[in-house]
Amino acid sequence: MKRTIPLLITFAVGLALIVAMFIPHVPFYELDGMFSVFYDVIAVFAFILGGGNLLKVHLNKIQNKRRDWKYSIVTVSGFFLVLAAGLLKIGVPDGWSGGYQAPGSLFKFLYDATFQPLQATMFSLLAFFVASASYRAFRAKTKEATILLVAAFIILLRPTPLGYYLTYWLPEPLRFLHIPNLSTWVLSVPNMAGQRAIMIGIALGIVSTSLRLILGIERSYLGSEGK
Amino acid sequence: MAEAEKTEKTEGTEKKGTFVEKMGSVDRRIIFLLIGLAVLIPIIIEYTTAIPTSPLVQNLFDKIESLPPGSKVLMSFDYGPSTVPENQPMATAFTRHIFEKGHKLYLMALWATGPRQSEALIEDVISVEFPDKKYGEDWIHLGYKAGNQGLINTLLSDFTAMYTTDLDGTSIDEFPMMKGIGSLTDFDLILGLGSGFPGTKEWVQFAGDPGDIPVGGGTTAVMAPLLFPYYPRQIVGFLGGLQGAAEYEYALIKQYPKYEEKSRLASTSMGPQVWAHLVIVAFIIVGNITFFIERSRRKRY
Repeated sequence: MKRTIPLLITFAVGLALIVAMFIPHVPFYELDGMFSVFYDVIAVFAFILGGGNLLKVHLNKIQNKRRDWKYSIVTVSGFFLVLAAGLLKIGVPDGWSGGYQAPGSLFKFLYDATFQPLQATMFSLLAFFVASASYRAFRAKTKEATILLVAAFIILLRPTPLGYYLTYWLPEPLRFLHIPNLSTWVLSVPNMAGQRAIMIGIALGIVSTSLRLILGIERSYLGSEGK
Repeated sequence: MAEAEKTEKTEGTEKKGTFVEKMGSVDRRIIFLLIGLAVLIPIIIEYTTAIPTSPLVQNLFDKIESLPPGSKVLMSFDYGPSTVPENQPMATAFTRHIFEKGHKLYLMALWATGPRQSEALIEDVISVEFPDKKYGEDWIHLGYKAGNQGLINTLLSDFTAMYTTDLDGTSIDEFPMMKGIGSLTDFDLILGLGSGFPGTKEWVQFAGDPGDIPVGGGTTAVMAPLLFPYYPRQIVGFLGGLQGAAEYEYALIKQYPKYEEKSRLASTSMGPQVWAHLVIVAFIIVGNITFFIERSRRKRY
């Protein structure tokens, strides 16, 4: 029973959405919007699940004093601090009637003073690591690596004045070799072809996985109960 | 004597080899230092570079330019603080253009971190440069809703099913500009500013394509190649990273010279990016030269 009911729900919903897609008339057409609302409502509950899971993992780590458990104290403390700041509307000038992100609120202060600079710092560090990795990885060791190297070179030079001055003198018949033109070509021809191939592959994979789910062949989403 | 000459030659080769080897494996701290300088110096000396507008960006600019005044433009903030340097100049340039043309601006977010970025836009641009634009009549902040692409799907069939109030909890029925908004198809243009999932791609797949709504936007540079398959049939145009934003600023200043002083956020940020790229290119060249020298030496001996 535990397996049959979820499988039947999956089959019915999957079938209903296929029907809604191919018969764009009332009442089938409305099914799509209706199920989307259901999905949005369920998505909100995912936050509770996510918060619960975060606490479970980190409290377990702290309790058993596993590797780097001290960082978990920071995570859990941060979680409760931000949650309390938002839920209790600490520091909101208008009290309970004001927005939790209102100027002067603790939530806004925490966001602006910690979350924002921390995220920006983490992302900024990429510039340093990308530079170091490019230097070590972009070596023309094989034909494939050479193609990658040349493509990277063109794209990297694209916004720079050097990219312009290196090739601006080329005569009209060779204008396609001008670096800005070459970079546009790299992005809109080989890149696009590759992206399309990947997208078509993914789409076919989604279709086959969806069919397996609807027909009850794929049951891993049921967890251990599905076995 | 001959033996001494031979020894000297060998030592010379060893010295050369050592230099080549050193250049082939530069300490990462030196790379970090040079990248740091390449970023810092252009910021200090305020180095800027003109970035002419590419057709990809110009198409989107022309689309906003050609919409009749009063057109409804939905702008979604689907990014967080980490990509503010790339995405925020796009939002700023779009907002200036939208208000300049007299369109109505609807702000929303698919990311929980999005509303804070739109609030920054309100504080820095709308309140300062367009104080005459009235909330609820010319622009509105609808805030964030969960659901990712599912939310877009719902908005496509019934906008008010998800957005019953604005960000502050006021009923949307109280705002004149919300009259006539039943679904996403009532918008004249959707601008998705994204840096991941869900983002501009999802706006194309779940709103633009099924609803036949013009979609444009901007993404971080690493996300931009993913949008090329949709251009130009499914996406009007898009801004790829900081360069795309700088290109849009260039187009805006060209059309409206009064923004010459103000609209420089992306252009000034391009300086550090340009120099950082040049440093990376220089290191790639050095790395490959030393690689070929070492390889030819290995073949020889």
